[in-house]
Amino acid sequence: MTELNKLTIADARDALRKGDLSATELTEGCIKAVEGADALNAYSTRTFDAARQQAEAADQRLKAGDAPDLCGIPLGIKDLFCTRGVASQAASNILRGFKPEYESTITSQLWDQGAVMLGKLNMDEFAMGSSNETSAYGPVVSPWRRQGSDAPLTPGGSSGGSAAAVAADLCLAATGTDTGGSIRQPAAFTGIVGLKPTYGRCSRWGIIAFASSLDQAGPMTKTVRDAAIMLRAMCGHDPKDSTSADIPVPDFEAALTGDIRGKKIGLPREYRLDGMPDEIEKLWAQGAEMLRDAGAEVVDVSLPHTKYALPAYYVIAPAEASSNLARYDGVRYGHRARLDAGDGITEMYEKTRAEGFGAEVKRRVMIGTYVLSAGFYDAYYNRARKVRALIKKDFDDVFATGVDAILTPATPSAAFGLGEMADQDPVKMYLNDVFTVTVNLAGLPGISVPAGMNHEGLPLGLQLIGRPWDEGEMLNFAYSLERAVGFVSKPEKWW
Amino acid sequence: MSIDKETARRVAHLARIKVEDGDLETLAGELSNILGFMEQLNEVDVEGVEPMTSVTPMALKRRKDEVTDGGYQDKILSNAPDAREGFFAVPKVVE
Repeated sequence: MTELNKLTIADARDALRKGDLSATELTEGCIKAVEGADALNAYSTRTFDAARQQAEAADQRLKAGDAPDLCGIPLGIKDLFCTRGVASQAASNILRGFKPEYESTITSQLWDQGAVMLGKLNMDEFAMGSSNETSAYGPVVSPWRRQGSDAPLTPGGSSGGSAAAVAADLCLAATGTDTGGSIRQPAAFTGIVGLKPTYGRCSRWGIIAFASSLDQAGPMTKTVRDAAIMLRAMCGHDPKDSTSADIPVPDFEAALTGDIRGKKIGLPREYRLDGMPDEIEKLWAQGAEMLRDAGAEVVDVSLPHTKYALPAYYVIAPAEASSNLARYDGVRYGHRARLDAGDGITEMYEKTRAEGFGAEVKRRVMIGTYVLSAGFYDAYYNRARKVRALIKKDFDDVFATGVDAILTPATPSAAFGLGEMADQDPVKMYLNDVFTVTVNLAGLPGISVPAGMNHEGLPLGLQLIGRPWDEGEMLNFAYSLERAVGFVSKPEKWW
Repeated sequence: MSIDKETARRVAHLARIKVEDGDLETLAGELSNILGFMEQLNEVDVEGVEPMTSVTPMALKRRKDEVTDGGYQDKILSNAPDAREGFFAVPKVVE
């Protein structure tokens, strides 16, 4: 084996257990790949020394036998996760230099199971963005390019560093977080698998908060099987997150039987958008056909409030963000503005936040402040929460008819070029989340699976939406789709 | 609903983000645009619908009211831009 960084978690796990491969060799392979990929700007911080130590410890544990699935597996961690003693700044200047004294629950679980951290991954600032262009570290460049062009493309966002790192084999898998589509959209743009679990499946403790009622972390991997393995390692009840569910964690990998005969898949007619590219429409129809060929029954369903999901999201998410981001005040951590003589505490807050936050974050904090302000709370925020209840009810109604999962496109287009959306108004960028945001509002699990290529040679993804807490069955549908599609394309190395 | 320059100034202040006078007009335009997008929500009949409070119905767990954590002042202060004598330091807040 020459290029160890290209392994899947499942293959590496099996080779590590057999002793055909050491965690140290595997980690060195990934380090070499990261060192040669500066052009992608995927990693914001590298932790190679710690990685080597973790790999050594993993090798000891593997030798002793009975090592967990992730023992010795090199991962990249989104910069939104707090990692003890390692820069964790949500790609924001306001958290420049912040080194947490504590470790997020999810990453603690990963290290307890023997996983190896290669470093932190670039993202949109505070996870607000769909293209990675709002990052204080500068944008991630996708490893993919359009055929015959060397124009730099976005890997999507906000988990764009995670997506690019997995697609370019700069780690075996990565963590992501998803508030409106931030795992699934970049996964679709880069030809990898991205899973957002049911709200409450994974602890949010130690993940820098964006919109707490929507945020959920999940795995970004090369295959559906890897997503099943990594999800199991990430989830579970945590007393430190009161919204984390105290229910058993199943063996998701064991659910991958590939047998979906007699299951019912719904296609929501409201997801057929005006002006949607033909190739997306075709991809969706092909996906449905594949699931039908595998023995599932495919039915048309209706989610009547779909159209209102984006506007409801863009009230609720900024409202929660304006509260969550109030803590960045220049007092306890991160940046503090240089003050002029006579400046008081209000000037300190205002200058610190003006300097520390980027344009998109400021916009969302101010929108959130506005919709929560006296006189507008009912008209915007409460109305949006009512619409959210209706959106969830749409899904409840569909699942009540016996539908096991819902199939939709993951994104309305393939990846776009960096800078291409710069002159558009912000609402245009928000439309990227049109197929994914409903899932966050309803708290459901969703997964994006690579399903084909567009006419320019760029990957496209399909999304499966599962019933609450039924990630296992959803993964099994994704596995069937993955096998039927046979997606093997990788970006041609130019970096 | 359209946001004028004065409202933009007020929102920026409420959010404690300094916006230069010259940038208020642009900001007002951007915010108006986003609010315009939200206006679609007025088309929905929400009569009798309860606003969602929790996406998965769950009872919050209870625990004994006791101290379970703490006692590491140095760690709490380690990231502060200005910490003195065991406290966070800020500009004068009372005249």
